[in-house]
Amino acid sequence: MLPLAYHFEFSVAVDLAIAVLLGLGFGFCLERAGFGGARKLTAVFYFFDMSVVKVMFTAIVTAMAGLYALSAAGMIAISDLYIEPTAYSAQLLGGLIFGAGFIIGGYCPGTSIAAIATGKKDGLVFALGMLAGVMAYAEFTPGIEGWISATSRGELTLPSLTGIVMGWWVAAFVIALLLAARGMDWLQRRFSYLRPRPA
Amino acid sequence: MTEATAHSLAASGAFPSARTTSKPYWNPYLVGFLLGLVLLASYVVTGRGLGATGAFSSVAAWLAGLFSPEHVALNAVHARYWNDGAPLESWTLFLLIGVSIGALASGLQGGRVGLTIERGPRSTDNRRLALAFLGGALAAFGAKIARGCTSGQALTGGSILNVGSLLFMLAVFAGAYGLAYFVRKEWI
Repeated sequence: MLPLAYHFEFSVAVDLAIAVLLGLGFGFCLERAGFGGARKLTAVFYFFDMSVVKVMFTAIVTAMAGLYALSAAGMIAISDLYIEPTAYSAQLLGGLIFGAGFIIGGYCPGTSIAAIATGKKDGLVFALGMLAGVMAYAEFTPGIEGWISATSRGELTLPSLTGIVMGWWVAAFVIALLLAARGMDWLQRRFSYLRPRPA
Repeated sequence: MTEATAHSLAASGAFPSARTTSKPYWNPYLVGFLLGLVLLASYVVTGRGLGATGAFSSVAAWLAGLFSPEHVALNAVHARYWNDGAPLESWTLFLLIGVSIGALASGLQGGRVGLTIERGPRSTDNRRLALAFLGGALAAFGAKIARGCTSGQALTGGSILNVGSLLFMLAVFAGAYGLAYFVRKEWI
């Protein structure tokens, strides 16, 4: 019976209004966690503040458990949902470049918007850099598009790849989160000396 | 932007930008739970998760269209975001409009809004801005190749156990951790 969009013909205006509403929650969460600032975000890469992993991991596990519960209750079919096709080399290469951009620039695309909204000039410059990056990609590298399509393996999830059903994966991710939480507390103590002091 | 405001870091370890009056951030596990509910709501209502890079692609297609609609039609990347001549009527762009309002509301409530440049005490404003531009360009380029970013791949795909998304996430952290030592003077 879910998602709602498959049963109601949303007009363009309603569709975009839904986007704004979801964005309100998204942006509120990002700023609340401190992700409107590059130092808080990049701190994760020096281990003294693991908030980025804590928030992302918890969000992923929460949504995963919710999707699993809804599908177990017969209210949603996971196979109905949009799943981006997997292309191993594209996601590996793109991820490495993206990670480099993250630590050099201090933001990711969504958090740069939260940064702009709270007055960070570096966030605005990062977003302008993104626009330049998209333009460069569109103008100079049409061949990459063909390569990604050619190496695509279609929709690929851990359950479909391994034959292990989603419920076990949810349980594994919950346990991994609990273990990671302890490990991250240890890391933060171990590397607390890297935390910048007031000037 | 004065030196003092650029560098002020609360002794508590939070990173309030330039304000001593700013409130502490929320517990990251609580925020993660709430963000997970937003992501779940997106799936339940629209059948898709969140995203961010698509909005930049839409704006890029719109900008290119201002100069030459013919060029947009011939360019495979721009054409995908052209949306029959209304590239700005993009779902992800409106999502980011919501993001900016939500972040502003949270920032105002927390006393965390003000013009600043976020950088470590050993960097300079100009170097920070130059690297922000370079980093943004790299992040966008990587996101285009990977077909998504921290929102569209890591969060959205991760929660549905998408193999490519999980691989992307590992690659992002590998790339960033691998370079962290070399750019440490920007941040710590």
